[in-house]
Amino acid sequence: MIGIVGYGSYVPCYRITVDEIARQWGKKGDDIKNGILVYEKSVPGMDEDTITIAVAAAKNALKRAQIDPQKIEGVYIGSESHPYAVKPSGTVLVDALGIGPEVHVADYEFACKAGSEAMYVAFSHIKSGEMNYAMGIGADTSQGAPGDALEFTASAGGSAFIMGKENVLAEILATYSYTSDTADFWRREGRMYPMHGSRFTGEPAYFKHVLGAGRGILKKTGLEPEDFKYAVFHMPNGKFPLKAGKTLGFTKKQMEPGWVVPWIGNTYSGSSITGLSAALDAAAPGDKILMVSFGSGAGSDAFVFQTTEAIEAAQHLAPTFKEMTTKKRIYLTYGEYVRYRGKIQLND
Amino acid sequence: MKSIVPRYTREIPQRARLEGAKCLKCGHIEFPPRLVCSKCRHREFETISLQKTGTLLTYTIIYTPAETFSMQSPFAVGIVELDDGVRLTTQIVDVPLDELKIGKRVEMIFRLVQKEGHAGILEYGYKAVLTN
Repeated sequence: MIGIVGYGSYVPCYRITVDEIARQWGKKGDDIKNGILVYEKSVPGMDEDTITIAVAAAKNALKRAQIDPQKIEGVYIGSESHPYAVKPSGTVLVDALGIGPEVHVADYEFACKAGSEAMYVAFSHIKSGEMNYAMGIGADTSQGAPGDALEFTASAGGSAFIMGKENVLAEILATYSYTSDTADFWRREGRMYPMHGSRFTGEPAYFKHVLGAGRGILKKTGLEPEDFKYAVFHMPNGKFPLKAGKTLGFTKKQMEPGWVVPWIGNTYSGSSITGLSAALDAAAPGDKILMVSFGSGAGSDAFVFQTTEAIEAAQHLAPTFKEMTTKKRIYLTYGEYVRYRGKIQLND
Repeated sequence: MKSIVPRYTREIPQRARLEGAKCLKCGHIEFPPRLVCSKCRHREFETISLQKTGTLLTYTIIYTPAETFSMQSPFAVGIVELDDGVRLTTQIVDVPLDELKIGKRVEMIFRLVQKEGHAGILEYGYKAVLTN
């Protein structure tokens, strides 16, 4: 059996509400909240970035896996906000966690799907027999341009998944990917903020790929929506995943535990996989979970998981998503937010 | 400009993983490690991972920081006693400053400490957050 042997998430404690951002730009908060079904978003602390978020998530995954970090033979981090343009995030992480130096490390980028990409690579190394344990992580501290629609949702957070074949918490039954050249969202080299195609990010991008991957994996496995306890779809806002799930035949009850976007925003590479983490927190043995990521550019990775008897004992070995996101929240004004996000330039 | 890279790299075991040196003769823990035990003068140690939880012994609020930390001002710096007795100076983060109190429990976490200017390296290390 091959699958997840440890999982963990991390979301910073800072928040800014949609109302506060709307107030800054003279917009109506209620209209925006009703439009995107997001009420507040996480903000990274001034000393937090993709690397520190990945480390925190990976520590929680190690707590649940209960394995010696030295046993991990591969570490892959997916993000669109790696702190260095040239220098891996993964090397900082392995030294911080006491993994390696006999370890294969790589950073990935594929907009919001870089995290599931890292998971897929980690899983594939176990499946091939090349490694006994490998970790896939997705983390981001994404930026929306001031005043842009993305500013209401672009947030910070991440999740880590250790793949292995002993003491598996959730077996990976199938994977399926769906990819095409679709320029719905991009950021050119050296630019601080991304650009997007507004409504073009919907049907031709998000829905084409999420539905393509969702339909593909259902066909590949012969499973029906009612065979699943939970379903998680990438969450650029609150509406898109609910619409995609409904189109595929899933109910809101199946999607709700992994629908984490209304209170933390879009954690980009950490989005669908943090939804998966929340669904695993709620799962009972034998539950099937569908996860479909989406990355602009564009593509989706779909996974079917089935939890094992070991899931319940592991759930409380590290903070659950709910505990982490409700225990401590520090709300920022828009002025504090722009300071925290490094949007203020000081003289040298 | 003198690069900080060699020193930063050398200190990763302590700053990133909180590794200390335990004297093989008297059991005293040195942090950071030393060549000679400050208690019994013995020269042999084993490397240990320090406890990641402790108690806030004292703290101060920095209102006029060094330039590197100017964006973070005001912020808290305190002395923490880890549960294995090691004391260290550290920033205390993710807390409204009026909630700080001597005796509160803390957990050590991994954060960005400072940036070497606009083009230099990013320096990571330990900080503390309150757990109660």
